[in-house]
Amino acid sequence: MTRAIRALSIALAVLFAVGAPAAWAQDTVKVGVIEPLSGPVAASGNYVRMGAEIARDWINGKGGVLGRKIELLIEDNKSDPKEAATAAEKLIVRDKVPVIMGAWGSSMTLAAMPKLAEYGVPMVVETSSAATITKQGNPWIFRISPPSEMEALGLQKYLKDFGIKQADFLAVNTDWGRGSVAAFGDLLKKSGGSVGTVEFMDQAATDMNAQITKVKAGSADTLFLTTSVEQITLVLKQAQEQRLTRKVITTGGSSSPSQLIKQAGAAAEGTYHILFFLPWFPEAMPDGKLAKAFVDEWAKRGHPFEGLTEGFRGHDGVLTAVEGVRLAGKADPKAVQEALWKVNVMGLNGPIKFEKDGPAGKESGQSKPSIFIVQVKDGKIALPAFAAKK
Amino acid sequence: MDQLLQHLLNGLLLGATYSLLGIGLTLVFGLMSVVNFAHGEFYTLGAYAAFAALMVASVHFFLAIPLAIVVGAAAGAVCERGLLRPLRGQSIDTVMLVMIGLWIAMQNAELLGWGGVAKSVPTPFPTQPLVLGPVSVAPLRVFVFVVSAALILGAHLLLARTKLGRAMRATFQDRETAALMGVSIERIHTVTFAFGAGLAAAAGALLGPVFLLYPSMGDLASLKAFSVVILGGLGNFAGAALGGLVLGVAEELGAGYVSSGYRDAVGFLMIVAVLLLRPSGLFARAERVG
Repeated sequence: MTRAIRALSIALAVLFAVGAPAAWAQDTVKVGVIEPLSGPVAASGNYVRMGAEIARDWINGKGGVLGRKIELLIEDNKSDPKEAATAAEKLIVRDKVPVIMGAWGSSMTLAAMPKLAEYGVPMVVETSSAATITKQGNPWIFRISPPSEMEALGLQKYLKDFGIKQADFLAVNTDWGRGSVAAFGDLLKKSGGSVGTVEFMDQAATDMNAQITKVKAGSADTLFLTTSVEQITLVLKQAQEQRLTRKVITTGGSSSPSQLIKQAGAAAEGTYHILFFLPWFPEAMPDGKLAKAFVDEWAKRGHPFEGLTEGFRGHDGVLTAVEGVRLAGKADPKAVQEALWKVNVMGLNGPIKFEKDGPAGKESGQSKPSIFIVQVKDGKIALPAFAAKK
Repeated sequence: MDQLLQHLLNGLLLGATYSLLGIGLTLVFGLMSVVNFAHGEFYTLGAYAAFAALMVASVHFFLAIPLAIVVGAAAGAVCERGLLRPLRGQSIDTVMLVMIGLWIAMQNAELLGWGGVAKSVPTPFPTQPLVLGPVSVAPLRVFVFVVSAALILGAHLLLARTKLGRAMRATFQDRETAALMGVSIERIHTVTFAFGAGLAAAAGALLGPVFLLYPSMGDLASLKAFSVVILGGLGNFAGAALGGLVLGVAEELGAGYVSSGYRDAVGFLMIVAVLLLRPSGLFARAERVG
């Protein structure tokens, strides 16, 4: 008798476990999200997640998409490309998402890309900077962040004001870091400057003293620094320890300067940062009202202010993905992919509209984001004197 | 020349902490024949314990470190009693698997408890570096070096001069005879493991403020600790102490003069060389504890 009851309860439990989610699934449009929520670059991944959640709630508040609410299925890629590929497979095969946003780091995005092509699911790339992402000929990629080359172009008009004659490069040893060194190095050479020492550091490295000692021994006037906010903090502190007095410019847009001021203190003074969102001056953004509303909502949720420069990416990524679903008319990956080419929305960074990038016939989508430069002055963020707000 | 001096200084400062990590592991590895894959996790535990003491309990910085050591040693003792004692007599592979399991469990517990975002620890030291001629160093790192050296010296004295140390050495030279001489074998095992864990926690509490705290910070520490143990010879205390310094300096010089991208590879290349040429460790003639 008890054995029968036990068997029945197990059967019922299994039925509920399998049946219930299936029942819910009909009612929501699922958007997959792959971000580094743990590991060496977890700060940025978590900020992007927070921004994505705000976008989800705003969209659901206005009725969702296609008459249904959207649901974010968030996977942690643990700052590891292998995990990013696994997460993509899980979202596509098990959760059957029609669109994904991710995967933050260029190496992580590149690792997930073969899965997208294999199963035919589009991904909105919200942060990654490596040029190869849109040049590989993967028609399932739609990037709203600028590749390093575009960033370098954004810096070009200020090169004379910076007065860079020779620059050193210290970058994280990933596709992002290496691509950035190539892009900014080319820019420098085309403008008559020269490249000094080029050093790399492992993504999880915490001691960069050797690289800093080498940079210090050179004669460059500027140091380009490309890595996550965690490592920038460490590099600035160790550079202060070794009394490195170069002009420092961080690239990639993930430097979260307010966090640097908090954690590196005086070591961050005077540094310049290329960014794609200005939470200190939201009115300067192309849609000032939207930017202000986002900054206010972020504060209302108790999220740390320093995460805004990264969190906006989550918002714009989800906004783009959902707009793709809306234009497609159905939550089908192929339809969404075709519809993403027709997306024309105003995000927090500015207008989002994709242009073709990469080999003919298999182009990826790349939009043209706005690029800004700020400086840390007297412990606060300021627009450099020579940089107009456009 | 200035560059070389700065590299050497960096290497020594780093090497002292590698020594601290290595000594804890070599005792456990060499004397108990336990491959402690969770060694890095006691390092992480020490770092987070110090963080918790500082940020949550508002304990003074200089008290947080001994507190972290106590927490680490206590955790080590609990692990030994709970996990290793029931496994006494099992093959080394079984113990290794259990320690790997402990590693995964501890790291994910940290992740669950503290979240994946890195935390920074405020210190009472000024950020302006001390300038010693052509080289400069942050006061915090000098403090870390001094404390590491003191802990290494303390550990050596405990092993060489105290009754407990003698009991430990006796147990691992010959268990049966030591038991016949009245040494409590069970207690010695617990104390040794706690000792190793405590030293790892000390390294974590010292290095946490220098770098950043995040749940997977122990992985790299574990790797370095194993490198140091192999360099110095299993169970070789002085070997681990010297091996740590050698590794630190080699890494700095390798990163400085060969290639910064291959920094960690330098350590591993050295291990390969040592295993090929002098498998019992670089300092095999130095004092062996067991």
